[in-house]
Amino acid sequence: MQDIADHISQSLEHDVVSATINHGELTLVVRADHIHKVLTFLRDDRICLFRQLVDVCGVDYPERARRFDVVYHLLSIELNQRVRVKVETDEDTPVPSAVDVFPSAGWFEREAWDMYGIFFAGHPDLRRILTDYGFKGFPLRKDFPLTGFVECRYSEEAKRVVYEPVQLKQEFRDFDFMSPWESAEYILPGDEKSDADVKSGEK
Amino acid sequence: MSEVDIKNYCLNFGPQHPAAHGVLRMVMELDGEIIERVDPHIGLLHRGTEKLIEHKQYLQAMPYFDRLDYVAPMNQEHAFVLAIEKLLDAEVPVRGQYIRVLFSEIGRILNHILNLTTHGLDVGALTPILWGFEEREILMEFYEAVSGARLHAAYFRPGGVHQDLPKGLAERIMAWTETFPQTLKDMETLWIDNRIFKQRNVDIGKVNVENALAWGFSGPMLRSVGVPWDLRKSQPYEVYDRLDFQVAVGTSGDCYDRFMLRIAEVRESLKIIRQCIENMPEGPVMSLDNKIAPPKRAEMKTSMEALIHHFKLYTEGFKVPEGEVYAAVEVPKGEFGVYLVSDGSNRPYRCKIRAPGFAHLQAMDFMCRGHMLADAPAVLGAMDIVFGEVDR
Repeated sequence: MQDIADHISQSLEHDVVSATINHGELTLVVRADHIHKVLTFLRDDRICLFRQLVDVCGVDYPERARRFDVVYHLLSIELNQRVRVKVETDEDTPVPSAVDVFPSAGWFEREAWDMYGIFFAGHPDLRRILTDYGFKGFPLRKDFPLTGFVECRYSEEAKRVVYEPVQLKQEFRDFDFMSPWESAEYILPGDEKSDADVKSGEK
Repeated sequence: MSEVDIKNYCLNFGPQHPAAHGVLRMVMELDGEIIERVDPHIGLLHRGTEKLIEHKQYLQAMPYFDRLDYVAPMNQEHAFVLAIEKLLDAEVPVRGQYIRVLFSEIGRILNHILNLTTHGLDVGALTPILWGFEEREILMEFYEAVSGARLHAAYFRPGGVHQDLPKGLAERIMAWTETFPQTLKDMETLWIDNRIFKQRNVDIGKVNVENALAWGFSGPMLRSVGVPWDLRKSQPYEVYDRLDFQVAVGTSGDCYDRFMLRIAEVRESLKIIRQCIENMPEGPVMSLDNKIAPPKRAEMKTSMEALIHHFKLYTEGFKVPEGEVYAAVEVPKGEFGVYLVSDGSNRPYRCKIRAPGFAHLQAMDFMCRGHMLADAPAVLGAMDIVFGEVDR
């Protein structure tokens, strides 16, 4: 696997930012605008032959400047190896679509668009795929609430399915049991200063 | 004769159609009865599994995997626990591994019985489904015996399986492997040389190797074109490398091949099940590391440490070290992968589920083009689509 990693980073030194092996898996970080070239190389190069695109998905890191990762998983049946290719992007920067390299990217990119709002330039049919017709928002982003914004029901008066803002009968409970001993920092009324004193004392 | 302007016909297949194997809406453009274009609209069963998993602890996220491909529930759990174990670097006792393989293969037979018989049903063979479902019922009783649930088992846990096999179950499974081949044979005789069945399936939905690779096919769909690719053989996990079984391969890549290949796979699975029961050693079924696996109930009565571990595990859960892994298993439908990103907390940061059916259904358009409308259910049936996993 190290040989493949070396071969790839030598052949594509301007495109590949880093090549690391963790948990026995090779991960390449690639510049977003060069993803097309990298995927084509990985597919056609004699030493790589990653001819199958297994998966494309997004990951959201809202605290980063370029918040999204687009992660491609490739498989080489000839070598019995896998490789993961990652690119970074944000809400506005499109990623070149991989559809003309791997036709299977079509639906996976549609899903990433649907779930994260990652735009793929050159995709022939970038529609929503899993969410409802007319859905608004990108549900897998970290700032999208788990309960969503609308709920639907069949209305007897209107004789159709209507969408209404979500009304929770009980407040959403997020059980944060990070540790039963070091639990959430509760704000006690009138006790705000004690913590501040400690902090200023430390300084 | 004046020219007649012939317009293509647009047909809505589904969303509620018995041959769609679930809630699938396909917008088809037809020229007479020839399919010109298929646009599958999926997502009618979308439940936001990936989002829910991000809000659950690792152990709490487990049962969602049963609900993906509800035809072979434990196989999906397998991928998730393998991903967690890879990140944790946890070891599974050998007996636990054997039980996992045993139930993965039972899951494979469960799935193939359903797929074979419903595919038969789609093209007009009514009897096999009645015979096949009787056998499925027996297999579900095995599920129930180990986990208490017929379907949503939540039996595989990080570090092993939840409980050991109850007394006598191994013998019952063994006895079943003796009787089932006869039923399989009976079913097979109804299909294999049946003229109608062959007319509906031979040379339908043909795919070549290039297309199968390009469209991300896996499992029986890839093997039917002649690629002997099976993750159980090529990237063996658990104890598959110690078991003796063959990988069935097709030649022509049509629906009939896929069908016969699945029958062959059922036979191989039976072989694996028998080997598992014969070779299964005694010992623990769950990791003894109490940081990830709960301690024994009896131990908790006397040991304070065990009690603390139990309390911590079921309130805080275990923390998984930061990192990302992709774990794939050979589920009955193909390659089921879990891409797990951990930020070091007790909840998955991101858990992408790679379902084989998603990639296969995508190819529906190119596989159906130029075929007759009546061939669409045959192509769909041979793809083995279950919407639980496609829509997630």
